[in-house]
Amino acid sequence: MKEISRSIKKKDHDNKIEGRSVYVDDYPLTASGKRILCGKLIHAAYAKARVLSVTLPPLPEGYTYVDRNDVPGDNNVNIVLDDTPVFCRETVEYIGEPIGMLVGPEEAVVDELLAGVKVEYDQIEPMLDLRNGTEAFFDYHFGHGDVDRAFAEADKVYEEEFLTGYQDQTYLEPQGMMAEPEEDGRMFVHGSLQCPYYVHGAVARALGTGPEGVHILQDVTGGGFGGKEDFPSILGCQVAVAAHKTGQPVRCVYNRREDLEFTPKRHPSLCRYKLAVKDGRVTALEADVRFDAGAYSTLSAVVLQRGIIAAPGIYHIPNVRVTGKAIKTNTVPCGAYRGFGAPQTFFAIEMMMNHVAQDLGVDSITFKQQHFAKQGDMTSTQGRYHFPVPIPAMLDEVDALCALRRKHQAYSLPQTGRFRRGIGFSAIFHGAGFTGSGERDIIKATAKLRKYADGTVEVLASNGDIGQGVRTTFPKIVSHELNLPLEKVRYEHPDTARVPDSGPTVASRSLMTVGELLRRAAIRLRDIWQDGVEQEVEEHYKEPDFVIPFYLDRFEGDAYPTYAWSVSAVEVEVDTYTGRVQILGAYGSFDVGTPVDENIVLGQMEGGFLQGLGYASIEKMQYDEKGRIRNNSFTDYLVPTAMDVPKLIARLHVEEYPDGPYGAKGAGELPLVGPPPAYLEAVEMALGGMKRHRLNRIPYSAEDVILELNKEVP
Amino acid sequence: MNGLCFWLNGKELCYDGSAGDRLLDVLRDKYDLKSVKCGCKEGECGACAVLIDGVLMNACCVAMGAVEGHEVLTVEGYRETERFKVLSKAFADLSAVQCGFCIPGMVLAAEALLRVKPHPTEEEVRRALSGNICRCTGYNAIVNAVLNAAKEGDGLW
Repeated sequence: MKEISRSIKKKDHDNKIEGRSVYVDDYPLTASGKRILCGKLIHAAYAKARVLSVTLPPLPEGYTYVDRNDVPGDNNVNIVLDDTPVFCRETVEYIGEPIGMLVGPEEAVVDELLAGVKVEYDQIEPMLDLRNGTEAFFDYHFGHGDVDRAFAEADKVYEEEFLTGYQDQTYLEPQGMMAEPEEDGRMFVHGSLQCPYYVHGAVARALGTGPEGVHILQDVTGGGFGGKEDFPSILGCQVAVAAHKTGQPVRCVYNRREDLEFTPKRHPSLCRYKLAVKDGRVTALEADVRFDAGAYSTLSAVVLQRGIIAAPGIYHIPNVRVTGKAIKTNTVPCGAYRGFGAPQTFFAIEMMMNHVAQDLGVDSITFKQQHFAKQGDMTSTQGRYHFPVPIPAMLDEVDALCALRRKHQAYSLPQTGRFRRGIGFSAIFHGAGFTGSGERDIIKATAKLRKYADGTVEVLASNGDIGQGVRTTFPKIVSHELNLPLEKVRYEHPDTARVPDSGPTVASRSLMTVGELLRRAAIRLRDIWQDGVEQEVEEHYKEPDFVIPFYLDRFEGDAYPTYAWSVSAVEVEVDTYTGRVQILGAYGSFDVGTPVDENIVLGQMEGGFLQGLGYASIEKMQYDEKGRIRNNSFTDYLVPTAMDVPKLIARLHVEEYPDGPYGAKGAGELPLVGPPPAYLEAVEMALGGMKRHRLNRIPYSAEDVILELNKEVP
Repeated sequence: MNGLCFWLNGKELCYDGSAGDRLLDVLRDKYDLKSVKCGCKEGECGACAVLIDGVLMNACCVAMGAVEGHEVLTVEGYRETERFKVLSKAFADLSAVQCGFCIPGMVLAAEALLRVKPHPTEEEVRRALSGNICRCTGYNAIVNAVLNAAKEGDGLW
């Protein structure tokens, strides 16, 4: 193990465990001692309707109503496109869309007033059908090879459909933002968020102030997982407009039901896959990928891009044609969630490969292994796997952990009795960092180190610690290069008034990309170090030379400079009487390059693994025929507890990446992606395999098992 | 004295608000005890868990009238103890704290277990923590930290 990998005590440990960390809801007053007004949103009651009127109850003194007419700048929030409004326009497009905000000193009074608001609607038929939806925000096509010819010459052609559901990020701290007008005329916005500069751009535009008129601070943030990538820009604009109108600090913290029902989540998907097989080998793939985007486009473009690029999985398939659509429906806009579109398509290709293998009478592990891409092979976008693909070695490691191959064959034999077992396996990658040329052309990250006269060093960057540990790992890198004790290097929560834009806290990029900038900055600072004076060093992102430029219009080139890899295995026992699926063991090998702190990386792998298992099994969320999400509480939306997967084992496999700090690659998202198909393969195997019960959708709960078994022909 | 008198982190207090007020709101807003987090306000997530007479309770589901005459302990009180220090070190050694939002409740859940079962099995730890949702860690680090604390703090519980 490298020195840098040795675990250290996290810098935020004491404050968090002692209950001293201040999350946005914890400020009793503002820092300058002002009272904070409570803001609550009026959410649309219908999936599509014209808003005819909003009638307010009489407002006591000090209570204010805010809506789009109060937005001093632009009522459009820039995310990727500009279609998301700060407050609704003439129509509402999904249940929960914010119409306006009531603001005042006492929460109980605001609640009472909220109950007295009458909104008159003229209802319009909503669009609620992913399968038949025709309005696509984004419609992408790409491919390579001669797909038609491969299908014409195939021995056999397979077609199948795969479905995945919503998944909510379920960070433990709900969404919350606060805005404070400052004496110099600036608006100070802070809260639970991942991307200070995204919020900065959005608020400056909504207030019409220009970038100097606002500054954004990330407070201590109780989890994100992607859920606090785009949404805080919207909520940040809403509280900023309310603070602008009232001239007072305003805070809005969602309750859990609002959060589950009305904030972005993972896109439900419908994938239609078609594979050509000749001489026992897959020769062509045609994939038609549809994501349910919801009512506004928010992040769907980039989520869909990552999803369709991963459509062929880690397999080398010579002829590929992919189409991807983000379909507009009148439902809550979907956004970012760990994995970012890839869990949906990896689920499809992994299950498809399992089913083709079963039809061919080959063990699916062997069949997949015959198709693994290797270093130097072409990627789905005609880029290259520039670095070793360590999947075969990782498969052996997982096999050693749980006797995967032996059990995979044993459990595939016919089983009788009430309790039946299965074991499933998946092999996946996660493209490290932004898709395509985003890092080079859009983000252009800058990070700084400031050394003070007393010899302490401060990291200046805009990446937030959302639990993943960058408040510890960034200083760890810098202290390592400067040979300084860790307590002499600090990284505070970023405030855009003080830090450069090192990009958002997304795409598993912070440590790999910004961490490398900091490593290089630290080396330069070491070279110019002078005792007793203040010094500053700045580093800018530069794309590695080996990267084949990516063209988004054609989906050609290196979509990612490198990849993180994982092999997952899940062993289950299904109770055919109750439908209950018990996870006997979950095993994973993860290659995220060199861990810059082993405990922190293992914590990411284990946490992501469990989220993936929840996604596959119990995390069920759906909208009804009116477009309403019914699973809006922890009673109806279940996430795993400490008892659900007692045996979860994560191991690290290190394939160093030369352009990441000490060989580190992107880590955070990887572990969620592989477990769902491994889980479902295991359940399907326990039920007797594809020929008896062909499974093709997640989540797959105990109820689904019973419904499926009831279909069994006696 | 008037109102509802109870012990809070070792100090006797009398609350003069409504008996129906929610303990969670009172702890956070009146007594400024912000370690008590609101994760759902429906008794499902454990982020607001406190000890009442040593028993783990979700403060969002407790009315002030019910705490009269009882002892309430939050992390602000518990962090002064030796037991807390052992737990904190065990959590730190495994980097078991990620976003931190569930952690005060988690630590009190560990205390509630260890005071009745100083040497629990892994299964007992998992059961004792199962009312506290953590979305970050996958629980392994937390469970192992509690097991390590039970060993390290032998004799404290």
